[in-house]
Amino acid sequence: MADDKEREELVVAEYHRKIKEAFEVFDHEANNTVDVREIGTIIRSLGCCPSEGELHDLIAEVEEEEPTGYIRYEKFLPVMTEVLLERRYRPIPEDTLLRAFEVLDSSKRGFLTREELIKYMTEEGEPFSQEEMEEMLSAAVDPESNSIHYKDYIAMMVVDES
Amino acid sequence: MSTHDLEDMGCGTSSSTKDRKSEKALKAALVIQNWYRGYSARLKARQRYALTIFQSIEYADEQGQLQLSNFFSFMLENYTQIHEKDPELVARLFGRTLQDSKDRQEYVSFVDVPDSYNGPRLQFPLTFTDIDLLVEAFKQQQILHAHYVLEVLFETKRVLKQMPNFTQVKTSPTKEITICDRGKHSMEILMILFVSFLVYPNDLHLNRGNHEDFMMNLRYGFTKEILHKYKLHGKKILQILEDVYTWLPIGTIIDNEILVIHGGISESTDLNLLHRIERHKMKSVLMPPISIDEDQDTDLKKTKTGANVVPREGKTNESPSEQLPKHEWEQVIDILWSDPRGKRGCYPNTSRGGGCYFGPDITSKILNKFQLKMLIRSHECKPEGYEICHDGKVVTVFSASNYYEEGSNRGAYIKLCCDMTPRFFQYQVTRATCLRPLYQRVNTMESSAIRILKERMLSRKTDLIRAFQLQDRSKSGKLSMGQWAFSMENTLGLNLPWRSLSPHLVTTDKNGNINYMSTFQDIHIQKPVKEAQSTLIETLYRYRSDLQIIFNVIDSDHSGLISMEEFRAMWKLFNSHYSIHIEDFQVDELAERMDLNKDGSIDFNEFLKAFYVVHKLEKLNKSDGQSP
Repeated sequence: MADDKEREELVVAEYHRKIKEAFEVFDHEANNTVDVREIGTIIRSLGCCPSEGELHDLIAEVEEEEPTGYIRYEKFLPVMTEVLLERRYRPIPEDTLLRAFEVLDSSKRGFLTREELIKYMTEEGEPFSQEEMEEMLSAAVDPESNSIHYKDYIAMMVVDES
Repeated sequence: MSTHDLEDMGCGTSSSTKDRKSEKALKAALVIQNWYRGYSARLKARQRYALTIFQSIEYADEQGQLQLSNFFSFMLENYTQIHEKDPELVARLFGRTLQDSKDRQEYVSFVDVPDSYNGPRLQFPLTFTDIDLLVEAFKQQQILHAHYVLEVLFETKRVLKQMPNFTQVKTSPTKEITICDRGKHSMEILMILFVSFLVYPNDLHLNRGNHEDFMMNLRYGFTKEILHKYKLHGKKILQILEDVYTWLPIGTIIDNEILVIHGGISESTDLNLLHRIERHKMKSVLMPPISIDEDQDTDLKKTKTGANVVPREGKTNESPSEQLPKHEWEQVIDILWSDPRGKRGCYPNTSRGGGCYFGPDITSKILNKFQLKMLIRSHECKPEGYEICHDGKVVTVFSASNYYEEGSNRGAYIKLCCDMTPRFFQYQVTRATCLRPLYQRVNTMESSAIRILKERMLSRKTDLIRAFQLQDRSKSGKLSMGQWAFSMENTLGLNLPWRSLSPHLVTTDKNGNINYMSTFQDIHIQKPVKEAQSTLIETLYRYRSDLQIIFNVIDSDHSGLISMEEFRAMWKLFNSHYSIHIEDFQVDELAERMDLNKDGSIDFNEFLKAFYVVHKLEKLNKSDGQSP
């Protein structure tokens, strides 16, 4: 029992340091605060994949009573530690991602056209902003066919991350 | 909008299959969006990490600069001993006074422009036609003839000399920029700026930055660029340029409300004092004022106040105070080197090694004291090209996009109107850069940053291994993540996110423990001479930048060669000051082997080039954005 507790304390300590590192990189003024608009990036850089809605809820948890546009480290740390300990917002496995593309590709062609992708990404689910859409297209679209060969695209992105 | 309750997202049709289908599509879209946002965020984080690496190392290097300045102070303090042993060396090190007795007319007329010269020909007095001419010519990769360069420099100096320390302007767009360093076209940019300044002296205002300093130019490559482009007249150009730098105003004041300077302020910043100082006596940040009694021949001491005298061998008709008093010198350093931070108070700027970190309270205090409303400054690269802090009172603007690496940052400039609300304009050069997908740009930046970080590790290899082994009691070759991160941060003195960077730097075993030697397995310094000991090589590699500067200073005729005696003398001093534990005879041996043609001189560019770092796995890991 004592060993388990010790182990958990070590794990928590490591999580704390990891969270601190990620936070500090965005703490431009070195005063233990970050711009609230960067919280999503920080959380995701720690390996979590909340949806936009889930992110919204998280931000509400770490914001000040009267939102200042900044998030303080003291509030962020305990919340983020819990998230990591509970292994919340696990990333999407590669095959789930592939299946999602296949669902959208109803005629099973192996690709999506530019227009199709734009339609789905900007009209369904938690729609992309124009900037997000352009960013995704710039990497995903095969310029010759003007379409997205999603299997290749996924393979490329997965390798890039590893 | 909550996205969990999928039943709420029905598309309002009666067909259940259609509902199921669109529900599936919705879920699929959510999956892709979720994954993409995670991926995109991690890319941006990687970009930020790379930027942090570049900045930490840049600032650590600048800190090294000021350590070098301590070395020069140390040499000055031990002047008499050195002088006795090696008067020649001293003359070359400290006899740098400019030959400004040479009349401008006389010199420029000696430099002929041949008929065969196809480059731009400027007409004095300069007009906007000359600006256009220059810009077009530089676009065609032409080089401006030394004759014109010198004319522009002499004329710029003449005009600058008439200006006060702070230029007063009424509202009109002003740009605050570091003039130039790094990049291969610094000379061209400088010429365009100076010519534009001469054509529009009341509309273009230049402030001195920390790189408008001949020592900094030596270190960061501008000197090299000039000597390379102007083989015959480069030395003269450098001489005049050094002079021009010192005449650049310290700052600009807009509408009596906005102070525009390069770096920042400190709690002791005194604008009234700064208005009065003789700014041209501020030669270099690396040559702090030393006070030496003329007739003292024992140990020399620095005093805190008062005029300073530097004795020059054989120059009897020189005025005694060629330099600023120490407290004035420090005021200027603060202006050129300080950075704003969120923490209240004023602290020594440990990253840079000079100036300070100033908090919002300092900003308020100083702005109020001198009845100012805002401070606009540069000095720090910002990813978006600009940043506002201290409650809107301090604005940082950085105009060089892609400063560290292609895609590293945007540049920006400010437009101020009468209502004083600044408007920001951002850009990033080369359409090619902007069109590349984000992951490619991030890959380029990241590889570059990791590369220089590894080289930094290599230059401290012995110290790092010692630190690791201290913690590795069982001599297993492994450390926990925490132990490894601690050793890295302490030894290298760089505040970086080590845990996130570890996958790029070391291998980990299945238990999550770090194989700390793994970094050094795929990178090594190519030894210039086979027999040389690796610690010697590592030390020389580590100090190569400082050595380069010292070599350049000794090599006052810019020939690229120094004599063996000079090398030995300099090395001995360097050794004792930096407390390096390398035997003199080892360096001697190395130097002798480097003297390839046995003529008693060392080509130090060759010497330094020899410390070329080989990244073994570079070809395999090469990531220029293509999918591997």
